[in-house]
Amino acid sequence: MTVPDEVIDCRGQRCPLPVIAAARRMPEVPVGTVVRVLADDPAAAVDIPAWCRMRGQEFLGSVNGPDGPAYDVRRTH
Amino acid sequence: MSASPVYLDAATAAPMHPVARQALLAALDDGWADPGKLYTQARRARQLLDAAREATALTLGVRADEVSFTPSGTTAAHGAVLGGLKGRRRVGSTLVHSAIEHSAVLHAAERHVGAGGTATVVPVDRLGRLDLTAWSTAVRAPGVALAALITASHEVGTVQPVAAAAAACADVGVPLYVDAAQSVGRVPLPAGWSVLTASAHKWGGPPGVGVLAVRKGVRWESPWPADEREGGRTPGVVNLPAVVAAAASLRAAAADAAAEATRLTALVDRVRERVAAEVPDVEVVGDPVLRLPHLVTFSCLYVDGEALLHALDRRGFAVSSGSSCTSSTLRPSHVLEAMGVLSHGNVRVSLHRETTEADVERFLTELPGIVAGLRAEAGVVGL
Repeated sequence: MTVPDEVIDCRGQRCPLPVIAAARRMPEVPVGTVVRVLADDPAAAVDIPAWCRMRGQEFLGSVNGPDGPAYDVRRTH
Repeated sequence: MSASPVYLDAATAAPMHPVARQALLAALDDGWADPGKLYTQARRARQLLDAAREATALTLGVRADEVSFTPSGTTAAHGAVLGGLKGRRRVGSTLVHSAIEHSAVLHAAERHVGAGGTATVVPVDRLGRLDLTAWSTAVRAPGVALAALITASHEVGTVQPVAAAAAACADVGVPLYVDAAQSVGRVPLPAGWSVLTASAHKWGGPPGVGVLAVRKGVRWESPWPADEREGGRTPGVVNLPAVVAAAASLRAAAADAAAEATRLTALVDRVRERVAAEVPDVEVVGDPVLRLPHLVTFSCLYVDGEALLHALDRRGFAVSSGSSCTSSTLRPSHVLEAMGVLSHGNVRVSLHRETTEADVERFLTELPGIVAGLRAEAGVVGL
């Protein structure tokens, strides 16, 4: 399992807010950083990978840990 | 500023065809009696029902006694799935279905699984097209009672490879049920199916009429309590005036279908091209070529689907959405999910016989500004 460099907590936020939070944070972190988005909105499971595809960022996968569903994204550019 | 209404949600319910309205009004006077009784009024009702069945069967390319009218497309779909499974329960209890079936089919599948049956879900690709290899493997498994495939996606328009899927079923003797709600009255029907359902308000008929067609020799048993009406396939007296209107409008829609398909295909092409070109960060989804003539779906990055529907409604545009915030369950559309495409900011536009080029032009002219306005309000411009 990937160890994230940082975690964004979007629990309780509805679509598209978790994607927006990830999109806001990504340019602020160095290339190569793995950001974990905690999001319990079911749409995040679809929309975070789709955002990565549209923006050319790397979607590493989802984990379901003690904090609920989480999605790992690596900044690639 | 007021905006004239532009209705772009025909995939939910098409405006009633003028022929349907005329037939409905005439049948209200003439077709109120119970067609099962033995007196003059009932015989008149029986004639109307028989004529409606003959006309519908002719359009579907089946025999009249293979057609039953149900109280809705949903009950037709429920009956198709549960009856197909029941008829072949000695063979097995597995239902194979695509990941992008209509919720009516999925809910029937849930009922089946809840009662101890199994369901195998076959995936689709990014364009929403069935994985034929996975389908062929799934229907070959032992114990498959029924396979279900939508003829074309009601959410993204992608036409499914029904003929090939039917051939895979035929190889192993599994009956194929097709939900043809978006195809009947619009495009030629594929071959090879055993059971078919449709819904009159999708083709310009009145709401509250479904069609269930079961081919001769197919092992299908009614899942409902016994009732002799409608070939024993669906209980209760039919809403005869609505059935008469449904059949009349189907004949009218089918007569114009080829010309309408050509006209609407060009309008949908225009929507696909202009939305992709003029709205930034938008994903136009579904197969661009192998698609229904009248339906197009796209998702706008960072936009709330519910806010987008309301903003469009304020400008007079009626559209549908697969975004989770617009569903009562707060889940994104299972179709968009299965395709792996963006689900938020989603809009489905579906055209019909009254849709004009000017309607589409006005939509295309206003949409970029509406999306830009919502993005500005949400503070997501430039993300």
